[in-house]
Amino acid sequence: MIAEAGLAALWFAGALAALQLVMAAIGIARDRDDVAAAVRPVAIVQGLLALLAMALLIELFLDSDMSVKLVVENSHSAKPWLYKFAGAWGNHEGSMLLWVTILGLAGGAVAIFERSLPERTLTATLGAQATIALGFYAFLLFSSNPFARLNPSAPDGLGLNPLLQDPGLAFHPPTLYTGYVGLSVAFSFAVGALVTRDVGPAFAKAMRPWVLIAWIFLTLGITAGSYWAYYELGWGGWWFWDPVENASLMPWLAATALLHSVTVLATRDGLRAWTIMLAVVAFSMSMIGTFLVRSGILTSVHAFAVDPERGAFILALLAIYIGGALALFAARIGTVRAGTTFDPVSREGGLVANNLLLSVILGIVLIGTLYPIVAASFDVQLSVGPPFFNKAAGPIALLLVAVMAVGPLLRWRRDDAKAVLRRVILPIGATLAAAIALLFVWPGVLPWAGLSLAAGLAVASVAPLRKRNLRRTPLFTYGMVIAHLGIAVSLAGMASDRAFTQETLVAVRTGEPARVGPYTVTLDGISPVIGQNWSALEARLTATRGASERILRPQLRFFANPPTSTNESAILTVLDGQLYTVLGQPDGQGRWQLRLWWKPFVTLIWFGGVLVALGGMLSLLGRVRRERRTTMRNQWA
Amino acid sequence: MKAKHQRLTLALLALGAVVVAGLLAMSALKDQAAFFYAPSDVRRDGLPLGRAVRLGGMVEGGSVKRAADGITVHFVVTDGQATTPVVFAGIVPDLFREKSGVVAEGQFQPNGSFVASNLLAKHDEKYMPPEMAGKMHETKTLEPDAKQ
Repeated sequence: MIAEAGLAALWFAGALAALQLVMAAIGIARDRDDVAAAVRPVAIVQGLLALLAMALLIELFLDSDMSVKLVVENSHSAKPWLYKFAGAWGNHEGSMLLWVTILGLAGGAVAIFERSLPERTLTATLGAQATIALGFYAFLLFSSNPFARLNPSAPDGLGLNPLLQDPGLAFHPPTLYTGYVGLSVAFSFAVGALVTRDVGPAFAKAMRPWVLIAWIFLTLGITAGSYWAYYELGWGGWWFWDPVENASLMPWLAATALLHSVTVLATRDGLRAWTIMLAVVAFSMSMIGTFLVRSGILTSVHAFAVDPERGAFILALLAIYIGGALALFAARIGTVRAGTTFDPVSREGGLVANNLLLSVILGIVLIGTLYPIVAASFDVQLSVGPPFFNKAAGPIALLLVAVMAVGPLLRWRRDDAKAVLRRVILPIGATLAAAIALLFVWPGVLPWAGLSLAAGLAVASVAPLRKRNLRRTPLFTYGMVIAHLGIAVSLAGMASDRAFTQETLVAVRTGEPARVGPYTVTLDGISPVIGQNWSALEARLTATRGASERILRPQLRFFANPPTSTNESAILTVLDGQLYTVLGQPDGQGRWQLRLWWKPFVTLIWFGGVLVALGGMLSLLGRVRRERRTTMRNQWA
Repeated sequence: MKAKHQRLTLALLALGAVVVAGLLAMSALKDQAAFFYAPSDVRRDGLPLGRAVRLGGMVEGGSVKRAADGITVHFVVTDGQATTPVVFAGIVPDLFREKSGVVAEGQFQPNGSFVASNLLAKHDEKYMPPEMAGKMHETKTLEPDAKQ
């Protein structure tokens, strides 16, 4: 019954999305305010129905209902509770349902909370949101039904890919999806504003919190995904330039550009067409990301199903939405008047530079990601990996960091180049000092530039607080300071990891020590361990550094359903870095392979990512608070 | 500056940025893309020396040998028509085994052997890298010709 109820909820939600679209169209085209007024409640109910369907699917997984095909193919009754719960979206159909659920809820949230946008633009926005939802409901119902039954039912399930059996599964996909789908809201806002010819500061102010929310979630999702890959894969790397990683990075790059340009539009009424374009690009990137990940065109833990029909379906949706939005953009952009002008040396100028550089990086990542797919259709098989991305995008990213250091120190509209120079003397000094100091330990060109610029950026990012009354400084200024500081911290971590990581690969007997960085690691012994749905060989390692002695327990884990083994790394986190240990295979003569890394300050990478997200949250809080205060003042006046 | 001129300037800048991205990407792609080879491709096209490539095929049965250091592994990759000896120092992936598919990243040596810096095996029992599936398929259809 639960499966049928879930399917029914999904059909109803799809029907309501269609209704929402039609009502919004009538409301706008015929100027029927009574019809338009009903769009909000429909959007809310549609979101709730999608949520109900998701909840019912989770219930099926928790029950281990083996008459449901999806549960049989992706779950097992002996699986721990958390992975039954999160396993509901650890597969193609379930993850698409999660996508649609978040999309529906985002539309509902706009309907409930958005009060500053003119009613007509809001109606158009919800209409656009319904259009997107409709495509994905059709995708679920016609080609990816999560509630399909199996007849006769199976005795038990096939289990979940062990690489996914990790607490990260409960957190990473919903976070990232909220970010992806949050960009659909920005997209719908842009479409709504184009439809009603309402592109201006008021629209930008209304759109900004939604962009911020999406961006915060994307930042957190990427940070979490990076750390998950780092400790789960046992390869010691935190970013592999895997197409699936790029699929999450590209929307983030576009959203970062959008976040900055929407600020120009909101505060200075500039960059109107550009902001609209970026909103379209940002959502296109999350659609491309969804296509890459969900079409089965790539192989990774993320690609659950290889089904050409599904890939074609998503590709068609992509073409319709992006093509439609671009056509609307082309048709309406003539009616969008150019905004106010500004000097090249100004905050706006800095933000334009930020946007251009982000676009270049985005372009490089996009080309590098799509090139192998395009080549494959010409029967050429190749892969594009870290050397390409580091070489092509690395220098641009460092240039962007330099712009980021200077930008916040510029005044709006017009600034004096000499005065700017006086303001950036301190950051430049910090950069040079770091650069000279690093010459003595020469870490290689890119890390050298990265560490030096990180020092400069760290100083520059707190500089906007200088000579200000700290208690009266608005919260969103703190947000910017902390987000930029987070980038500096993260960059320092990346450069340090790349430059100073030490790796040791040995085969050792019990009691035989191995050295890596400041640590001496000794294998004390190997013992079997039993988990809830796995068994493992666990090594006991003693890591000594001076007087301190710590125990690490990396494992070789064996899963029965499906039959797979995984390396569970053991990581020792200390203030100045991480000791990362992986247990390999026995060599048949009483020795065990150990792979050890000493990674100085590697944790800064994710700490910086969290700081960036925190900056976003402070900024959001500051904006919302100020907005509320202005609304209240207007009501009293 | 007039509003119209500024808009034009910005549009040109954006266009320029896209072109720069394209050029940068293309020039880097030329020497950084790792092409995919099967052992018989090498026999036909010659050795791709001095650049990172991927070598794919099956691990030949009985070919996996561990060196005395306990770290280095020697094995032979085959696609049914030709073979390439591979040497790899490191922890082999969980699903690396004989008569099973593998993709090795690394460089060919002048003597025709392959030094791998990284091995990719299938993620789980169901999964096979698409490059490999493609190569296997191709090899199979070519087999009748090879016998003639």
